[in-house]
Amino acid sequence: MKFAVIVFPGSNCDLDMYHAVKDELGEEAEYVWHDSKDLSSYDGILLPGGFSYGDYLRCGAIAQFSGVMDEVRKAAEAGKPVLGICNGFQILTEAGLLPGVLLRNKNLKFMCRTVGLKVENNSTLFTNEYEQGEEIQIPIAHGEGNYYCDDATYDHLKENNQIVFTYADDFNGSRNNIAGIINERGNVLGMMPHPERAVSELIGGKDGLALFRSIVKQWRESHVSHA
Amino acid sequence: MKKVKVYVTLRESVLDPQGSAVMGSLHKMGYDEVADVRIGKYLELVIEDSERDVDSLVNELCHRLLANTVIEDYRYEIEEVVSQ
Repeated sequence: MKFAVIVFPGSNCDLDMYHAVKDELGEEAEYVWHDSKDLSSYDGILLPGGFSYGDYLRCGAIAQFSGVMDEVRKAAEAGKPVLGICNGFQILTEAGLLPGVLLRNKNLKFMCRTVGLKVENNSTLFTNEYEQGEEIQIPIAHGEGNYYCDDATYDHLKENNQIVFTYADDFNGSRNNIAGIINERGNVLGMMPHPERAVSELIGGKDGLALFRSIVKQWRESHVSHA
Repeated sequence: MKKVKVYVTLRESVLDPQGSAVMGSLHKMGYDEVADVRIGKYLELVIEDSERDVDSLVNELCHRLLANTVIEDYRYEIEEVVSQ
């Protein structure tokens, strides 16, 4: 499976993202600069964390109009897995690929620590290697991770099982502790925590690895002829 | 040319932790009469005259980039700029 790791000016988790799929899982991965006009040769798109365009105006606001974003939209429409982590999640909401928005944490602090996450939906292509309801330990590192959406959007997310991860504890003010959501079609996931920073016991835990394994497993199963 | 002053504010229904923190600080300073603080953004655009109607242009800019209408409202004022 071949992954594109999109690099915006100000991305800083691109190396971790690359490491997770390339070194830990042995899949193909390439860095793709933000003005690229063609993502057709990639099977999965990874939008890393960081501070694209310095978080100017709003987190992800400027990045949504980067040249590569039309291609990310195309990939999403084609049903390819698109994963946005942290700033990647913020970009996906600004781009309208996921509903809602990430606000400043309720305590106004940038928070960097490992937190408990509950797997609310393990029947997605990103979570099939987890148990339903499993609690995993994943690092967070964000100042704007306070997920907000209106009541109608929340009800819709709930009805369609689009809430994929919730925080075990409320620390940033996110609506109903939402940590990660998926689009209706089930191929675009945005989450604030960093599974790519939890892929080896050497760095404090590997609960995040199953997320990347899930993507690859699903892809292999649907591309049997390539094997 | 026109100068457009755009004010972007968080919607009433959205909590503004930054505004709350500033209000808390003002209260600590003894300004108890301050009943609410909301923090927003102020942008100044200079727009060249064209065929395009300025109102429709500014609304489009606000919707597409300057404000996120999921959480923010905006309003604007237009001033005529006399070029030197």
